[in-house]
Formats: sequence, structure tokens, C-alpha cells
Amino acid sequence: MTFWILAPIMVAAALGILFVRKAVHAALLLAVVMISIAFLYAVMEAPFLFAVQIIVYTGAILMLFLFVMMLIGVDASDSTVETIRGQRVMATVLGLLFGTVLVVGISQVTYGTVVGLDTANSGGNVPAIANILFSRYVFAFEATSALLITAVLGAMVLAHRERLTPKATQASLAAQRIRDFGEHGKHPGPLPSPGVYARHNAVDTPALLPDGTAAESSVSRVLAARGTVRSAPALADDIDVVTAQIGDPASMPETSGKAGTPANTTEDVK
Amino acid sequence: MNLLSQTVRLVEEGGAAPVVSPDTGAGGVFDLLWLVIALPLLGAFLLLAVAPFLQGSLKAAADKHGHLVGTAMSTLSFVLSLVLFVALLGRGAEERQIGQHLWTWFETGSLSVGMDLLYDQLAALFLLLITGVGSLIHVYAIGYMEHDERRRRFFGYLNLFVAAMLTLILSANFVGLFLGWEGVGLASYLLIGFWQHKPSAAAAAKKAFVINRVGDIGLSLAIALMFATFGTADFAGVSERAGDASQDTLTALGLLLLLGACGKSAQVPLQAWLLDAMEGPTPVSALIHAATMVTAGVYLVVRANFIFELAPIAQTAVVVVATVTLLWGAVLGCAKDDIKKALAGSTMSQIGYMMLAAGLGPVGYPFAIFHLLTHGFFKANMFLGAGSVMHGMNDDVDMRHYGGLNKAMPVTFLTFAMGYLAIIGFPGFSGFWSKDRIIETALADNLVVGLLAVLGAGITAFYMTRLMLMTFLTEKRWAKDVHPHESPKVMTVPLMVLAALSVLGGVLLLGDWIVTWLEPVTGHAEHHEPPLPALVITLIITAVVAIGVATAWFLVGKRDVPREAPQEVSFATRAARADLYGDAINDAVVVRPGASLVGGLATFDRVGVDGVVEGGSAGIGGLSTTMRRLQNGFVRSYALSVLAGALLVVLALLAVNFA
Amino acid sequence: MTQYVVLSAILFTIGCVGVLTRRNALVVFMCVELMLNACNLAFVAFARQHGNLDGQITAFFVMVVAAAEVVIGLAIIMTIFRTRRSASVDDASLLKY
Repeated sequence: MTFWILAPIMVAAALGILFVRKAVHAALLLAVVMISIAFLYAVMEAPFLFAVQIIVYTGAILMLFLFVMMLIGVDASDSTVETIRGQRVMATVLGLLFGTVLVVGISQVTYGTVVGLDTANSGGNVPAIANILFSRYVFAFEATSALLITAVLGAMVLAHRERLTPKATQASLAAQRIRDFGEHGKHPGPLPSPGVYARHNAVDTPALLPDGTAAESSVSRVLAARGTVRSAPALADDIDVVTAQIGDPASMPETSGKAGTPANTTEDVK
Repeated sequence: MNLLSQTVRLVEEGGAAPVVSPDTGAGGVFDLLWLVIALPLLGAFLLLAVAPFLQGSLKAAADKHGHLVGTAMSTLSFVLSLVLFVALLGRGAEERQIGQHLWTWFETGSLSVGMDLLYDQLAALFLLLITGVGSLIHVYAIGYMEHDERRRRFFGYLNLFVAAMLTLILSANFVGLFLGWEGVGLASYLLIGFWQHKPSAAAAAKKAFVINRVGDIGLSLAIALMFATFGTADFAGVSERAGDASQDTLTALGLLLLLGACGKSAQVPLQAWLLDAMEGPTPVSALIHAATMVTAGVYLVVRANFIFELAPIAQTAVVVVATVTLLWGAVLGCAKDDIKKALAGSTMSQIGYMMLAAGLGPVGYPFAIFHLLTHGFFKANMFLGAGSVMHGMNDDVDMRHYGGLNKAMPVTFLTFAMGYLAIIGFPGFSGFWSKDRIIETALADNLVVGLLAVLGAGITAFYMTRLMLMTFLTEKRWAKDVHPHESPKVMTVPLMVLAALSVLGGVLLLGDWIVTWLEPVTGHAEHHEPPLPALVITLIITAVVAIGVATAWFLVGKRDVPREAPQEVSFATRAARADLYGDAINDAVVVRPGASLVGGLATFDRVGVDGVVEGGSAGIGGLSTTMRRLQNGFVRSYALSVLAGALLVVLALLAVNFA
Repeated sequence: MTQYVVLSAILFTIGCVGVLTRRNALVVFMCVELMLNACNLAFVAFARQHGNLDGQITAFFVMVVAAAEVVIGLAIIMTIFRTRRSASVDDASLLKY
């Protein structure tokens, strides 16, 4: 029963991988197929593989795919124009032929009655697998460990980039900042935080300079590009409404905040 | 047929050649035998291998006095030869074969070839001729080559030649003989092409070398056949076992040896190189192409008498070749205007006489050697005389530009005249005795050959008289800027010595001395009575010679000799001027078919063999150019191929399982 | 039983076609994972068919190897992207005739 529900979903998702244009969609569809397969494992009396399939395959490997996809550019989508002449037609024809031959061939075979894993799994599936894995397949197991270590080293080597320039020190960075200031007039200090001098401290609200104009550099350029920067004076009315609601801060007791507290306490002097 | 039947009878009578059995423990002065070869070899080594590496004043001294070293070596060798000869005279006739084992040359399996020397009566005469005439020519060349800046090298080559020739003569086996044989071939090549800046000299040297190689093939095959048949190439071993070999083998051996002799002695059909070889300096022509090297063929036939005695067919071939050559050379001599080429034609002809005698068997061998010696004297004399004339005529060789030189160079004229009288067989001169005996023997053996030899004597008289008249008598035809003068003493003294020898060479025949002397080597021969009394034959020959001289006198001496050779001449003259078309025959029979064959093979190689290879590679290359398009770099294309392969595998599995 | 294997075959084929047609290296890689999963499904199904756990063990090893492969593969994709600013498999086609 489970099979007949899952099988159409899996085939549909797999076909989806072929046709969706964005890689991230393909990854998600693949996740659907993998989780479905995990369920089929559970049905076929393989609880250990069910767990491994979900944790390792879907959880780790597919997430790795997604990581890389984010690095490469999640928005990149495949061009639909085929560059190799005849490749798509030939692939389709050969694929269909291959699938047909496989399916026809497999369906010709008569399998006997299913033995089932009741006997094999009598002591529990995981202990049974452990028994076989650490006895008959122990050398293969050790070999895979070597393989994994090699893969780790390989990944490190491939990802490693040789440093071509000396690492910038704090002193050189400071010198560079001052040089930039001298040559281009670039502000040497940290950029102003948004809303510091304004009455509103949201990130999309620029700080106000002493002359009352907005400091453009205090908001993220992304927000500026999106056009979602608000102006501080425009919020003033809003603030007046709020003030009216909560009462005049000047008349508020000292407990309302430290902002207005004069810096004459012993703490501050220290 | 007559000839054949007679030689066969000779074998039946047990007249086979004597076995060569050298006495190796001779000791005494004979231990110095090797020095005869070593001295000129040392001279050649010093002049050719050491001198070029000298520096500064030493080198200048070597260039200035090198010729003296060469001459000294040759002369020392002659003195030693003379001492050896005297020592040999002092021994009994039975003890005159001296062997000397120097070292084992090479040894493979049952085959062993030693560096052995054999000094016997035949070698003794040759040694005297080579070193004696050779030394005279060395002395002459001092004067002749005086202004040649490469005189040291020239004398090095001369010494090398003498050493090689002595090796040829003294070797006790055919392999050593072959070593000397090739050595004289090399020296001849170097000396003909000595003035290699002249293309004609370079070409002549190459031609001589190549034609000699043809003959050498015959000799080397003969040696191989000896090894195969007798297991040895020693004269002793071969002469001992020659009787055991089959008739066919002996005939083949004889013909192969004859081929070798033809190459070296310029006998028809390998005669074409000799006239061209006159491109070399005149002392070379005198030494190599008149007196010594070209007689090596005669020596080979005489030395290998133990083979030829048993191979009558080969002997007949020798006679035929010799007769053709003696007429061929004589005809060439009649038409040439180049004094050296006329003399070269006469050399060919005279060697033909020697070969003829050598082909007649034991009865002829002594006379072949006798004529060889006398010819060595008078021909060297005449060649050197011709050189002397050229020396005075600014190296002009055309006789049509000479005339009247008897006044200008009296010594040359007189000595040349001695040589002339000797060669035409003027009674009393050396050539008279030697040629007379050859013709006599030939007549006794075969009437046709004998008559042709008589005819040859007549032609010889004609062309030599023509040469004599055109050069020394008749009126002056010199170019204006030529001032003929007598050559220096260093050149005329050798001429005088040789002239004396030309006159007196006949003494060797006194009391048949040379026949008796050579008998242990060549074998005893029953003297067959000629068809006519000897005196009558001599008279006939002399009469024929007189006719030849008279003809020349009327055709050349009584008329004006034009300065330019007339072009309107008979076919015979034209043919003779063209060397009787010897080169044309060579071209037609060998060169052009060879060139066509090689050209055909080259074309086949280029079109057929290369075509298959290059076509194959081009095909593979084209296919690869097409196929490499499959490697388009797109990993998805490769994956498609993998899927196609997987599909095939699955289909195959299904086919196997369900079929 | 047959239905599991048939489903496995269908998923495998879809994965194949995905590898052949998609050009984004990440999606191609995901399709490879899909093919591996399809195989695993068949393994587990056959384990149940035969009544022993070897199939499950094999599926487990396949997962381990797939994990290693993903680590390396993604690192390679990252490196290529870093130098070429592209994740298209067709762009890396210089190794050719």
C-alpha cells in the first residue's frame, strides 16, 4: 500500500528534477525522492538504512549540495538551449529505450516467494547488521574508513588556496585606512550606525547628521537599492503619537532610562 | 679445336704444373724478405700518415724533402731485391722456393690464412722489375713533379703502390695476393685522380676503380671457390690438390681468375679504363699503367698455372681474350693523337701478347714473363720519354702539335728511339727476342692465333712509327708560345738507364736462361716444332714489321700532318678514335640496363612500397582526423556513449538469457 | 517484489537521462545520486527477497562511498567554479581534439 502511494510521488519528483530550471528546486525534489526511498526501506524491514538514509543522505549529503549551491549562486538557473547538437534527442531516445528494455527484462523474471527478513532480523535489525558488518565485511568496512579519510584530505587539498600576498596586519590596515582618507577622502572611522542620532533606531532608518540631514552611509546599500529606506523626520509624527500615548518622557521618573542622567555619578567618573 | 685438343693432350702426358713447396727454413739473407715490402710501406706511412700531422718547420721540411724519403725507400727495396736475387742464384735449382711465415692473419674454424711470403724464381724477377723500374721512375718523378705542391703526397702514393704490388707478388696465398691486388687498385685510383681538380681525372679514377671492381669480383669468387673446394688458398695447398678437383670446378676457377686478370690487365671486355687512366701524372702512367700493375693479370695467370693447366677451356678463353685484346689495343694505338693514349693502346696490345703466351701453357709462360720484363723496360722508357716531351711542350699531349722535336730534345729522342726499336721488334733489341718467341710459340700451337699475332706485330710497327714520326720527325707544328727544351738530368738519366735495358733486355734469353730459370715454377714443356723453321718465321715477322714501318712512312712521314685532326675520315678511324666503341658497348650492355633496372626499382620503391606505407598512413591519418571529432570534450557526449554501451550490454544479456 | 525493481529501473533511467541533458554540474551530480539511490532500492529489495542482510550491507557501503564521492565531487565543482565562474559542465570542454 505504502509503495503504491510513494511510487507515483517518487517518479513524479524524479521527472521534476529533469525539468525544473533552478538547481535548488531540483535539490528539494531529490529530497522528496530520498525520503520516499527511506520510507520504502522501512517498509522493507530495513530500519537501520531508513535512519541512515534520512540522516546521512538527506540530512548531510543533500545539505552539502545546498551549501555549495548557495556558494555558487542560488539564483543561477540552467539555460534551456541545448548546445550539443542531437544530444537531447539522442539522450531521450536512448534513455527511453534503456528504460523500456530494463523494465521489460525485469518483468520477464519470475522471483520466488519473498523470504522476508523475520529470521535475519530476529535479534533486531541493527545488531544483525553490526554482526555481519564487523565479521564478514570487516575488511571492506576498514577500507571505507580509509576511503573517507582520503576523501577528507582530497576535499581539503581541493578547497585549499595558497596565500599569494602576506596577511594584512592591524598596523598595515590602519595605515591603509589613513592613506585612503588622505587620497580619496574616505572616512577612516567606522561608519555611523543607523538611527543613532535619530529618534528611531531601526536599521532601515538613516542616522541624522548634526545639521538634521540623513547620513546615507549609515544604512545598508541593499536597503537603499530596494528603496525601503525610511526617513527619520517622517517618523516624528509617529513618535509624537507614541509620546502622547505613553506620556512626556521629560516628566517621566528617573527610572525610565539613563539617557537623561547627568554624568556625575561616581561610576561615570571612574 | 686444335688448341683444345693440344692442351688436353698436355694434361694426359702428365705435364701438369709443378707443386709449390716452399722451403720455410731458408734463413740467412732470406729472413729479410719482409723488409722488401716493409720499406716502401714505411715510406708511405711516413709520407701520408705522419707528415700531415707535423707542425711548423718540420712540416716544411717534410714537404720539401719528402720525395727523397720515398725514393730512398724504393731504392733500398731494390738493393735488397738485388741481394736476394744474387742469394737465390747461389742456391741449387731445387732450393729456390723460399717461404716466410710472418703471422697468422685470421683463423676461423678449419680455415686458416697466414701472412706468408713466397720468394721463388718468378717472384724474384718481378721484384727486380718492380723495385728497379719503380726506383727509376721515383727518380724521374723528382724532376717531373718538381713544381707540384703536393709532391710529398705523390711520393707517398707511389710508395704505397710499390708496397702493395710487392705484397701481391710475394704473397704465398691467394688471400694475400688479393690484399696486394686491392692495394694496387687503391693506389691506382689515388694516382689516376691525383690531379683531382680536373673533372676528367676524377672521372677516370672512378672509372678505373669501378671496372677493376668487376674484375675483383672474379678474383674474390675464385678465392671463395678455392676455400670451398680445397679448404685453403695457399699456392702450395691448391697446387697440391688441384688434380683432385672436378673439371667443372677447375674451369670455373680458371674463368673467374681470368675475369680478375682482365680487370687488372685491361683485357677485353674490361679494357675501357686504361686509356682514361692516362689522366694521371706521367710517372704514374709509366709505373702503373705500363710497367707493373697492369701486368698483375699476367702474373696471376702464370702463378695459377697449376689451375690453368688442368682447365683447358679456361686456357682457351685466355688465348681468345688475349688475341682480341692485342688487336684491339693495336687498332686504338693507330688512331689516337694523344701521345699517352697511343702508348696506352700499345700497352693493352703488348699485355695481350703476354696473356697470349700465358694462355699457351708451360711452353709460353717463360716468354710471357720475358716479354713482361722487356715491355716493362721499353714501355716505361717510352712513357717517361713522352712525359719528358710533354714537360717540354707545356703539358700538351696532342702529337699533331709536335713534330721536329729530335733537335730540341736529343736525349729524349734517342732514348725514345731505343724504346721504339724495341717495341716494334727491330732485330737485336729486347722486344725482338721476346715478341718473336711468343709469335713462334703461338704459331706452333694454333695457326690462326699465330697469324693474328703476326698481324698485331705489323700494326704495332705502324702505329709506333706513326707516333715516332709525328712526335720527333716531320716538320715543326708547335704553337707559338712553346719553347721545347731538354728535360733536366734527374729525368734523362732514368731514361738512359731504361733505354739501355730496352736494348739489352734480350740477354735474359741467352742460352734459354729465363726458360730454365722459370722451369721449376711453370713446369717443363716439350718444345713443339713450329710449322716452319724458326729463322723463316723470324724473317717473316721482320718483313711484316718492315711493311708496317713503311706504311707509316708513306702515310705519315711523306705527307703533311695537319695540326687539327681531320674529321673526314673512314669509319674504321672513327671507330678507333672512339676506343672501338668500348665505352658505348659498356653503356649499352651494362650501364644503361643497370640504370634502368635501378630506376625501375627506385620507382617501384617510391610508388609501390612507399605508396602502400604512405597510403596506409594517409588513410589512417584521414580516418583519425574524422574520428577525433568524437573527442569533443563534452563530458555529456561521453556519457551518452557510455549509456549506448550499457544499452548494448543489457540487450546482449537479455539476448543470452531469453533467446 | 517486481514492482520495487521496476521502480528502481525507472528511477535509474530518469537519473541517466538527467545526467545526459542537464548542464548544471550540481544537477548532474544530483542525478548521479538519484541513480545510486535507485540501485540501493534494488539492493534492499533483493535483501528482503533472499532473506539475508547482505543487500542492506551493500546499500550501506554504497552510501558511504557516495558520501566520499560527494565530498570530492563538490570540492571539484567549487574549484572549477572558482576559476571559471561557471558551473556548467559544457564549459569545461578544453580537453579535446
